[in-house]
Amino acid sequence: MTRQPLAYARPRPGAQPPYLHPDYCSTAKRAPAQALVPLQHTLSEVTGPSFSSGWAGPDIVDLTRPDKGEALGQRIIVVGRVLDEDGRPVRKTLVELWQCNAAGRYRHPTDQHDAPLDPNFTGIGRALTTDEGEYRFLTIKPGAYPWKNTHNAWRPSHIHYSIFGPAFATRLITQMYFPGDPLLADDPIFNSVPDTAARDRLIAHHDPNLSEAEYALGYRFDIVLRGRAATPLGP
Amino acid sequence: MHAGTPSQTIGPFFHFALDQPDWSDLTTNAPPGERIVIVGQVLDGDRAPVDDALLEVWQANAEGKYDHLEDPQTDKRVDPRFRGFGRALTDAQGRYRFTTIRPGRFLGRNGALLAPHINVAIFARGLLKQLVTRIYFADEPANKTDPVLTEIADSTARRTLLALRHNAGSPAAYGFDIVLQGANETVFFDI
Repeated sequence: MTRQPLAYARPRPGAQPPYLHPDYCSTAKRAPAQALVPLQHTLSEVTGPSFSSGWAGPDIVDLTRPDKGEALGQRIIVVGRVLDEDGRPVRKTLVELWQCNAAGRYRHPTDQHDAPLDPNFTGIGRALTTDEGEYRFLTIKPGAYPWKNTHNAWRPSHIHYSIFGPAFATRLITQMYFPGDPLLADDPIFNSVPDTAARDRLIAHHDPNLSEAEYALGYRFDIVLRGRAATPLGP
Repeated sequence: MHAGTPSQTIGPFFHFALDQPDWSDLTTNAPPGERIVIVGQVLDGDRAPVDDALLEVWQANAEGKYDHLEDPQTDKRVDPRFRGFGRALTDAQGRYRFTTIRPGRFLGRNGALLAPHINVAIFARGLLKQLVTRIYFADEPANKTDPVLTEIADSTARRTLLALRHNAGSPAAYGFDIVLQGANETVFFDI
């Protein structure tokens, strides 16, 4: 038996949302009532699935031309790096992305929002990060949409991200928001993250260097996954 | 030092993007080992079915080896026919189903063998970050000495981690319900 790998670091206080966040009504019946049982990491937590062979399917990095037609809305380029907390790139990890269209409607059977579907927009992206941990998508800026959390509540424009990282412990599903969106101030999902600086890491930065002239506006959204702890594995 | 990106809910509208129907069967490449089926229901604090959950499983192969470069066990082999990862979505009744193989035991830090288990991550609307639990097998003698199970003093809580066999035939079918809140609330781990 060779040396065991290191465990992963615990998040800092306030850096992650709680399970129960009363302003987000759906947490009321879904948040556990009991405290979670602390688990020292074993091989189960420090290992995780690899998609580097491409078995999750081919990359889909241009969401604006799913077929012959072109999606409606404002074209944006979203570029970012997936890093760990020590600043190391997370290579060949699977990034899955999904979003509503420019009118604020998801291609989903239970999305009843009275806004048009766009036949040329599915809102599905997928990519493996490069050796530098980079990803790049060309898509459409998603619209805001109403939801039933409270009367006349609207979600800010956002893109959903699913990232695996190297281990079961690094698995992350999150949302990317846009700078200057006035709906952020009242959004209970965004504001569920207690720490202001941590919350702001969910907002992409407009980056003119990423824009393509006469074509699409550029945004940067880096994603930081858990880094290693200094401690060895548990039981 | 870079600071970690916070988690946010998967929301209610992910099926069109994340559903990969093949991924709920981990045995499509006919890996060695005993084929088993795990079925269950995800329920909320009102015992209402959670019909918009996404479950992911991660497990060792039949020998107890993870398909991962950092698994240090040199006496066991990765099997290219078994990736160890699965994903399933709950249906309108909150039900899910995985077909997989029974995982083997593997060594913990102190040289003790851990009881076979399947790691589960649960994502859903109303969950701002994933919940993590483990599926152990109620008919597994090694549970008696497993350091995680034996640390859970409350037997009612411990039982929520034990999948019960439903049948006598083959493949073995196990039931594992996930109760997010309230009576018989599943034990969730802080990893």
